[in-house]
Amino acid sequence: MPDSAYASSRTVDLAATAAARARIVLRAASAVALVVLAAVLTALPCARAVAPVGQVTAADTPNDPGRSIDVAWTLSPDDRLPDPGDSLALTVLAYRILRAGPGDSLVEAGTVLAGQASYRDSGVEDGVPTIYRVETVGSDSSLALSPPCAPAVARGQWFHGKKTVLLIFMLAFCGAVIGLIQQARRGRELYVRPIAGLAAVDEAIGRATEMGRPILFVPGLATAGDVATLAAYTMLSRVARKTAEYQTRVRVPCYDPMVMTIAQDVVKSAYLDAGYPEMYQKDDVFFVTQDQFSYVAAVNGLMIRERPATNFYIGKFYAESLILAETGNYAGSIQIAGTDEIVQIPFFVAACDYTLIGEELYAASAYLSREAPLLGTLKGQDWGKAAVVILVLAGTIAATLGWQGFVDFFATQ
Amino acid sequence: MKRELPRILTLVTGVFLALQYFVPHRASATVYETLMDWLIIVGIFAILLGIAGLVRLHSGKIRSRQTNWPFSIVLLAGLFGMIFLGFWGQDLGSPFVTAYFQVLNPVQATMFAMLAFYIASAAYRAFRGRTLLATILLLSAVIVMLGRVPLGELLWPPVTIGSLRIPGVGEISDWLVNVPNLAAKRAIFVGLGLGGAATALKVILGIEAPHLRG
Repeated sequence: MPDSAYASSRTVDLAATAAARARIVLRAASAVALVVLAAVLTALPCARAVAPVGQVTAADTPNDPGRSIDVAWTLSPDDRLPDPGDSLALTVLAYRILRAGPGDSLVEAGTVLAGQASYRDSGVEDGVPTIYRVETVGSDSSLALSPPCAPAVARGQWFHGKKTVLLIFMLAFCGAVIGLIQQARRGRELYVRPIAGLAAVDEAIGRATEMGRPILFVPGLATAGDVATLAAYTMLSRVARKTAEYQTRVRVPCYDPMVMTIAQDVVKSAYLDAGYPEMYQKDDVFFVTQDQFSYVAAVNGLMIRERPATNFYIGKFYAESLILAETGNYAGSIQIAGTDEIVQIPFFVAACDYTLIGEELYAASAYLSREAPLLGTLKGQDWGKAAVVILVLAGTIAATLGWQGFVDFFATQ
Repeated sequence: MKRELPRILTLVTGVFLALQYFVPHRASATVYETLMDWLIIVGIFAILLGIAGLVRLHSGKIRSRQTNWPFSIVLLAGLFGMIFLGFWGQDLGSPFVTAYFQVLNPVQATMFAMLAFYIASAAYRAFRGRTLLATILLLSAVIVMLGRVPLGELLWPPVTIGSLRIPGVGEISDWLVNVPNLAAKRAIFVGLGLGGAATALKVILGIEAPHLRG
């Protein structure tokens, strides 16, 4: 073989050997890389999708007007806080609640954050069977849909079960009041403790008559339907009748126009009952304004100009109570106040001669008239208070001893 | 019938609204909301009656030149002026809104600001230690007032002597407000609730209807 041919042949052999060696190295490197990649993938937890929630249940919302279903589920096993340092752990971000009516496709009803296991759907139709499915949204954007729950039907309830104890108490209270009214009508003597503010009403009206000055009656700043205003009407009726008998004028500035219309009827009826219908002057019961401090300014002006001998503040009052009472004190009037606004009672106590505190305001009619039905109502109130005291003591003992059932029985929520 | 019909209406409506509280059904809520709408409508007509009465009263004062009759002109001018401005426009920057914020609001604030001085004068008169109860009231008022201002904590801070800790005026003030005062308030609340229920019952049953006599 000539040297050139041998050299060429040897070169080819060397190249083939190098290529073979490179192939071997490449195969080895690929195998190592595959092993490393497999190890990495196995170590990464996001290799699987988020787990769905457990059993989903749906039921009509209790004690509601209707169109509402409560959906509940057990949390996804992945709904947990990740371990410290394990920021790549798969967790739950949120739950999407999906609903469908008969033959309808699923639509989203709402979304709640992770950790919540219930949802109130207030957008359903009454009487339509509705199914729900809960979709879990994972931190890696994976989704997992639960199986559908049994159909639920939304309905409005005709009785609020949680208010049963209130209904019982209300019926018992009304029954006691009606029973005591009947007893009073049959002639049973009912004792009423003396109330200084009410005992002073006649004296205050007599004072106004002697001084020849009018009486000012302020029925408060509430609407005509407020209980304090109802009590004010009762007191106004008594006062108006007395003023008619004593030939004294009574001025009634009103905050609410409906209160004005009713107060006009009250005063007119009282004057008619007293036998002095001609003494009634329509302008004595008048509307002022429905702005709080403008009303106060007007009444203050009335007090400063006309210097009434007696002021009655009976009804609901707010921040203006002390302004009224102090101005009346400055004008030299004897003042009798009564309000159900507890925050204003101290101001009236400080500035007025007599103050009816709390329910003394509502006792005025019974106290002044001594009519049997009204006294019976007053006794009913006292029985109600006694029942409340007993229940409060029993509840305190029950709560202290851990009798949660007794406490829960009186819960209204 | 003039007295019987209102009593029957009061009875039926009162019983219905009392029972409606226990019925959450939508039908019950719809009737309740309708009644409340009617109440608003009646109230609007009552406002017209009130305004008519106000105009009649003050125009009578102007006609007969009673004492302080010029103030009646101011009142009627303000009343009709605001009504006119209100029809003209109620946007921000309109004369109506400008009059409200530049006239009515400062006047209301002035009346409310006077309350501070009235409180001072009432306190000066009322807080006098003539009797035991009045003295207790005076001391309680002083402690609560001091407890509400930073100066109180400076004057009477908590003091620890050995194992004995004497609370500061702030803690004593909080205790006075949150314990005995709150207990009394709750007791009054209970009485008010029952009294209110009894008063409503009297009106519903027609036992007391002062506007229907005569």
